[in-house]
Amino acid sequence: MNERNESIHGVACTFRSPSDVFHAAEKVRDAGWKIWDVHTPFPIHGMDQAMGLPRSKVPRLTLLGGVTGFITGCLLTWYMNSYDYPLVVGGKPFWSPIFPFPIMYECTILFAAFGTFFGQFILNRLPRHHHPLFDLPQFARTSDDTFMIVLEARDKNFHLDESRNFLLSLGGQEITVIRE
Amino acid sequence: MAHAPEHSTDRPEILDRVNPAELPRSKLILNDRGFHWITDKVCGIVEEPTPLWWKVTFAVALFIASFTGAGLFYLVSTGTGTWGLRSPIGWGWAIVNFVFWVGIGHAGTLISAILCLLRQKWRTSINRAAEAMTIFAVMCAGIFPLFHVGRVWFAWWLFPLPNQNGIWPQFRSPLEWDVFAVSTYFTVSTLFWYMGMVPDLGAIRDRAKTWWRKAFYSVLALGWRGGNRQWSNFEMAYLLLAGLSTPLVLSVHTIVSFDFAVSNVPGWHTTIFPPYFVAGAIFSGFAMVLTLMLPLRAIYRLHDVINQYHIDNMCKIILATGTMVGYAYATEFFIAAYSGNAYEKFAFVNRAFGQYAWAYWIMVSCNVITPQLFWFKKIRENHALVWIICLFVNVGMWFERFVITVTSLANDYLPSSWGYYSPTIVDIFTFFGTFGFFSVLFLLFVRFLPLLPMAEVKMVTPQADPHAH
Repeated sequence: MNERNESIHGVACTFRSPSDVFHAAEKVRDAGWKIWDVHTPFPIHGMDQAMGLPRSKVPRLTLLGGVTGFITGCLLTWYMNSYDYPLVVGGKPFWSPIFPFPIMYECTILFAAFGTFFGQFILNRLPRHHHPLFDLPQFARTSDDTFMIVLEARDKNFHLDESRNFLLSLGGQEITVIRE
Repeated sequence: MAHAPEHSTDRPEILDRVNPAELPRSKLILNDRGFHWITDKVCGIVEEPTPLWWKVTFAVALFIASFTGAGLFYLVSTGTGTWGLRSPIGWGWAIVNFVFWVGIGHAGTLISAILCLLRQKWRTSINRAAEAMTIFAVMCAGIFPLFHVGRVWFAWWLFPLPNQNGIWPQFRSPLEWDVFAVSTYFTVSTLFWYMGMVPDLGAIRDRAKTWWRKAFYSVLALGWRGGNRQWSNFEMAYLLLAGLSTPLVLSVHTIVSFDFAVSNVPGWHTTIFPPYFVAGAIFSGFAMVLTLMLPLRAIYRLHDVINQYHIDNMCKIILATGTMVGYAYATEFFIAAYSGNAYEKFAFVNRAFGQYAWAYWIMVSCNVITPQLFWFKKIRENHALVWIICLFVNVGMWFERFVITVTSLANDYLPSSWGYYSPTIVDIFTFFGTFGFFSVLFLLFVRFLPLLPMAEVKMVTPQADPHAH
């Protein structure tokens, strides 16, 4: 990476249709790019493979949440009805895994949902209200009907003029340099 | 077909001679609408100046909601005696209304979660509004048990929080399970709804012209950029939340039915309750979805996005679940007769022919008979009639809960302690007002949030397929 790239975030290029951007993404992947992204108004089927992305890590956080929730449900009911204030109800055992099962079940789902919801935002590095892309006039249209490939300057393949020409050769429409 | 160059081995030879027809598939979006049209349509609802009908309806809804406020104020300042609850009927309208509203919410989760897992693409058009309906219906439902506890300022004792008495909730009680089930349901539904909305909020943010609009939607959209690295996590999280909501929604109404089924009262103590309650919940919820969506479709001219195919599907689900509910009514009678239990037999004969027979037959005619009209295509295509039938279903499902709750309590084991329950004006005010409260929330949703999930609707259009050309 050279000196003049320091104030440059990357190069953006718009595409007209899902199939255009899909095939362009395959070529970017094959050229060995690592730090780049495809901005689309909706998730395009098969784009993860076209970009060469690994499987999302959200399920791990869901599992973590679910296990935490189940243990919380067990401990909550055991501590409250059996340890801190043992409650005699119908002469039955103070705690068993059967009677508070609905509580454990709901806690499992609740915490797994927290894991999924917050996990998704953490993995996506959100909330983040400022990003160099937001200064780009074309970027606003990527939530409507425009598709955009962004090659970032942090990638080792990045060279301003070459990357620009590379995007043009992929059939891109409008090429813009994104400044930090 | 005729000029296929060579017969490949995996292609049956006959296909070249018979020229098979393309099976017509119902279109999800009519008139080949493009991505930009969808964005314009949905964002346009939020961006247009507040229409007159909205202002008028909102004012009326606020006025109706004030009835709940008045009812609750009178209740709290005077005491629970102002409700029609007398021994032997300790569960009156409050529980009826609670189950009614929670049940309505279930269709939203069915559409957003179960139909997502079943890959029913038509769900996208109605998904967002149905989920909003879920959340607001659960809010309405929550009011009733909250105030039914009597001293509402102690309602927090229901939660596992330390209090000055040093005691804890009793986790053997189905009512305590209900606290966990309903609050989990509300939380998870809200998370699912909001997460699904973030990309669409980003789309509204990107189009915003005025400063306040930009600020408002920027905060809500959390800086969503729609990069595929984000979509990848988003889609996985969406699928997982759908997978979590499915067992959740089934458990919620199961646990609601446990409130009844775990007791020893004839007519309540039956194992059919969980599936019967869940089917009824989905039945009433779909009726409410249609009740809300048909007028909105007409007002905002959404005919291309919510077309006859969607309405047909919803009508058929109402028909199927209505028939299941009717089957459950019949099974209850059969099991009561077959059980050899005199109290159980009496409870059911009494439901149909006793002092509440009027309520029972309203329930049967609205829930079992009216949805059968949806067998006919002509009726499914007559949207005014569909809307009216859905109103009947809503009424019928309220009466179902009334019949279950009140008839069993009014005439249980000892004839000396039988009674007759009537609501008071305070009950009526409180319930009537919840429709206003629900409408206020729903109107705010329609006005300020994306009514249709734009990204999801775009995803199911034919041009979204990257291999289309």
